[in-house]
Amino acid sequence: MKQYLLSVHSVEGSPPPPPEAAQKAYRDVAAFNDELRSAGAWVFAGGLHPPSTATVVRVQDGDTLITDGPFAEGKEHIGGFWVIKAGDLDAALEWAAKATQACAAPVEVRPLQEETED
Amino acid sequence: MPAIDASAIERVFRAEYCRSVAVLVRVFGDIDIAEESVQEAFTVAVQRWPTAGMPPSPAGWIITTARNRAIDRLRREASRDDRHAQAQLLYAPDEPAEEVAVADDRLRLIFTCCHPALARNVQVALTLRLLGGLSTAEIARAFLVPEPTMAQRLVRAKGKIRAAGIPYRVPGDAELPDRQRAVLAVIYLIFNEGYTASSGDRLVREDLCAEAIRLARLMAELMPDEPEVRGLLALLLLIHSRRAARTGPDQDLVLLADQDRTLWDRDLIAEGQAIVRACLRLGQPGPYQVQAAINAVHSDAPTAADTDWRQILQLYDQLLALAPSPVAALNRAVALAEVEGPGSALAGLEDLKLESYYLYHAIRADLLRRLGRAADAALAYDAAIALTANAAERAFLQRRRREIA
Repeated sequence: MKQYLLSVHSVEGSPPPPPEAAQKAYRDVAAFNDELRSAGAWVFAGGLHPPSTATVVRVQDGDTLITDGPFAEGKEHIGGFWVIKAGDLDAALEWAAKATQACAAPVEVRPLQEETED
Repeated sequence: MPAIDASAIERVFRAEYCRSVAVLVRVFGDIDIAEESVQEAFTVAVQRWPTAGMPPSPAGWIITTARNRAIDRLRREASRDDRHAQAQLLYAPDEPAEEVAVADDRLRLIFTCCHPALARNVQVALTLRLLGGLSTAEIARAFLVPEPTMAQRLVRAKGKIRAAGIPYRVPGDAELPDRQRAVLAVIYLIFNEGYTASSGDRLVREDLCAEAIRLARLMAELMPDEPEVRGLLALLLLIHSRRAARTGPDQDLVLLADQDRTLWDRDLIAEGQAIVRACLRLGQPGPYQVQAAINAVHSDAPTAADTDWRQILQLYDQLLALAPSPVAALNRAVALAEVEGPGSALAGLEDLKLESYYLYHAIRADLLRRLGRAADAALAYDAAIALTANAAERAFLQRRRREIA
């Protein structure tokens, strides 16, 4: 089994969905999470607070530097993510199709590197 | 024992490369290992066959030799504690490849190369590399891309297949129609790039056309029950049958109406038309079959004046119902001009939104010319000339423009 990161992409400043749509997305994502768990594909998932709450930490000349985030300067940010188990990319894409429908936003699928320890 | 020269081995390479790589990908689950070991096996063949003779089954010999080479290499790497190599070795069984499995392997490989997670230009490059056995340099030349760029494109693609786990299998029934369309689109794109090289001096790059036809034949052999697969093969054969008539002595473009029809390849026409007739009997029309039927009508006419334009117009109506597209509508306008006159055809062009397509302007220019509107026609020719980078097509359009001036 491989693991894949399914990240939800949202554009900063785009108008928030109307309350009914947000409620529906909330319910649909919960149902999708249940489906992932019962299929044994669930590893981990979470929704994120907006990028304005982010802080960036880096090391520069041996000093730890803390700056107000986010790191990415673009308007697009990750709003949430799943880590799932799937047999191959086709299986992961099938989950991603359900995920994008549930959260009503584009979902990027990226494979995680294989674990190196035994 | 028959004499074996480099060209005989080259023929085996062309015919068996795809089969061998496909089997080795299944056995080892890795495209790089498959490619490298098959190339090594051919290197051994070039040294050995001229003296030892061609083995009874060249393909079987290549596959066995490649598999043994790959296992040797993986053992060496595994003993150096390379975990990747150790894992690959677990996959390597000893049983010989069976013919049915081989056919499935090639089909799997096609669907891997044309997976929707890969960009179209990457699908094309991978298909030519793995199924056509073209070298990176040849593919780079064919698409006028610097060789390092093409090499990097192929390395990245293989890296994505491995890391993202793009599967090596024929898609299930639910996905098959979409995936098959992608494969046919890749083959058609290869053909079209060969047919009208998007830029450069020569109008036709025949090697790409021949490769596309070879791939279409392979698909038709592997998926014999799919009418659209056969429709694509028929379409390519019928278009390719006119290649000798399509360029004049100076590599200039000759339009269908002006072609010397004695130069058309009768064998390809007969084969293409037979496929079209067989498809029609199945009664499951699709865009490739209808386009093949349109070309079959052209092939039927002994002279341009004998062309059954009414039937062609009906077929374009069917094509637009099956797969509406502005380009199909543009081609329908050409048929309409023959049936109802250039005035009706010109009226139909207005809403097509094809301003960036040179043929739109070239066809519009021709209709305006036939309506006697020389000044408007000249402007349309200018627009068409500005939009094509193919030297032969430019020369043709410039000649037409001079004739009306």
